[in-house]
Amino acid sequence: MLALLVVFTTLPAGSADEKHLSVYSAAANYSLPIADREGREYIGLLEILEPFGNVSAKTDGRRWRIRFGGIEAEFIQGRDRAKIRGRDVALFGAFLLESNHGLVPLVSLSSVLPRFLATPVSFNEASRRLFVGNVANHYTVELNPTNPSRLVFNFSAPVNPTIATEPGRLYMIFRREPVVLSGTPNLRFNDPAMPSATYSESNGQAEIDVRGTVPLIASFSNEGRTITIAPVQQAQPAPATSQAPLMPTTTPTAPPPVLSTAPAPTPVARHFFAVIDASHGGQDRGVALSDTLQEKDVVLGFARQLRQELQKRGISALVLRDSDATLTADQRAIFANTVHPVIYVALHAASDGHGVRLYTSLLPAATDNNGPFISWDAAQAAFLASSQSALGALAAALRQQQIPVRTLSAQLRPLNNVTAAAVAVEVAPPGTNVAELASPAYQQTLASTLANGIAALRDRQAAPQSTVPQSSPQPGAPQ
Amino acid sequence: MIPRQLIFAVAVLLIGALALFVYALRMRGRVAQVPATAEDLRPVAPPVAGATERVALFIAWDDAGALHPQSATIPLPANRQQRAEELLRALLRAYQDKNSPHPIPPGSDIRSVYLVDPGLAVIDLNAAFANGHRSGVLEEELTVTSLIQTLAANVPGILKVKILVDGKDRDTLAGHADLSTTYDVGAVNQLVTQMQSQ
Repeated sequence: MLALLVVFTTLPAGSADEKHLSVYSAAANYSLPIADREGREYIGLLEILEPFGNVSAKTDGRRWRIRFGGIEAEFIQGRDRAKIRGRDVALFGAFLLESNHGLVPLVSLSSVLPRFLATPVSFNEASRRLFVGNVANHYTVELNPTNPSRLVFNFSAPVNPTIATEPGRLYMIFRREPVVLSGTPNLRFNDPAMPSATYSESNGQAEIDVRGTVPLIASFSNEGRTITIAPVQQAQPAPATSQAPLMPTTTPTAPPPVLSTAPAPTPVARHFFAVIDASHGGQDRGVALSDTLQEKDVVLGFARQLRQELQKRGISALVLRDSDATLTADQRAIFANTVHPVIYVALHAASDGHGVRLYTSLLPAATDNNGPFISWDAAQAAFLASSQSALGALAAALRQQQIPVRTLSAQLRPLNNVTAAAVAVEVAPPGTNVAELASPAYQQTLASTLANGIAALRDRQAAPQSTVPQSSPQPGAPQ
Repeated sequence: MIPRQLIFAVAVLLIGALALFVYALRMRGRVAQVPATAEDLRPVAPPVAGATERVALFIAWDDAGALHPQSATIPLPANRQQRAEELLRALLRAYQDKNSPHPIPPGSDIRSVYLVDPGLAVIDLNAAFANGHRSGVLEEELTVTSLIQTLAANVPGILKVKILVDGKDRDTLAGHADLSTTYDVGAVNQLVTQMQSQ
């Protein structure tokens, strides 16, 4: 099931005819296939709940019992009502049980999910988009009547849409971002080059379509929160941004030739985005470094330091566990794969040895892919070279600061499940005093050095290839 | 009118039932106090008899963070599976020595080694081994690679190794080294070389 989820989240495009449900939440944004049964649309309930926590299901004849955290629910094949937390909930259609796989009508999600998740759920049935909690990403549009004019989209959170062009239009497709309409869907501008823009939603995605009478180019800035569209010849990044542009295509040296006369393949920018995973957490305390010091606490502080250092260098970073939460290795990998980082860094701490140990994945045996289905245990295989390159950049930065470093490989989850460059960092104390692991000065030194390594990796990647061709997407590339 | 004897008998029965209930509660509390993770430290197999052979044990050294081969002469039975088990028990004895370069918990043992499917070896560790093992990426990796490399170097034909604990699947050895999947002997061999070269 997890293997399927990875495929669906990493290859959300699929066939254009396939129906998809996109789920947006603070835990993860992901896409699931919709099944048509007897004229109704159905979805697997287990798959929807999986990214939110531990979920299990058991079939007993016609009864299907599902357990999510401490919540129990019972569904009966053919019945249009279910019992969740002891209460009857309407499904607005018959529950289906197919090979122990529980399917609920798509329309029932608004009533079923709040019972499990204890948070408001907003479901747009027509566009098949489900919002769990307050996660909507709003945007504003402004036409800057400079010469040439520029259309500036400002989003409330970073976005990384697929951008493509056709003669007479440039469109941005938001598959993973919870972008919602903030105003009227059809906008008209008093500009001959870009007369209008249209917002639409369908099949689990949102799209902004900008009409143009000249070839247009899009550039990103403000840590992915701003997209500026301008005529291709004079394309410039948006002004007044707090950070340097993140997208390689915004560099003035080599803007991609996005011409309206050449619809495909269209270059699309790759956002350099890092996921920092503070390992362990919650009930999993990791190594008891001392009587008072636990690995889960040390790595959380370290992860926050590293995020800060990366942001100082203009690199967007997200700490995967930013609290004392319990996360399984699968949940960590699913989250990382869903947000498509360029690099995933798992942080560990040890009491033995000194300096830093860096690991890439030691892939397990017998992990063949099955057609388009990528083996979950070896999802990292296609990215191992990138991981080793990232490891090399981090090791070089550490050596430059004369911090002892060892580079190894390890069968350490979830490295083998991550579809991006993935490195584990195990930090040992600088000397014999384990308490120094929690010292802000030591953490700051290491975080700063590792951030230098990641920045060097970004610069190295930006130099030879500034764009990723959309016609040949990689499993971890933005789509 | 209820006879007085009947009232007395019912009262006695009720008092008896109450006493039994209290006793049962106390007994339940005592059972709960017994540590759930108590290990059985008794030996699980008789001493092995057989001709002695010279084998290479890949010993983990915590200080160096690497494995180094060390030859040992141990009695080995003719049966291939029993040989594998005795080989790993010899490795564990080396780790349980007071001067061990890579200490493992007391009571650690190999329950069985199964040589199944061409090329697959399944090592079944006892609970004392995993539950008391030190936690850490490198510490755990040294243990796992030491077991696999020692087995593969002395029992020909092993290509993959799966590790169980108490006959069951387990996610990690002690929070880090993955035990949920199967190890590739060739990849482990490369890792051992990599460890020795740094």
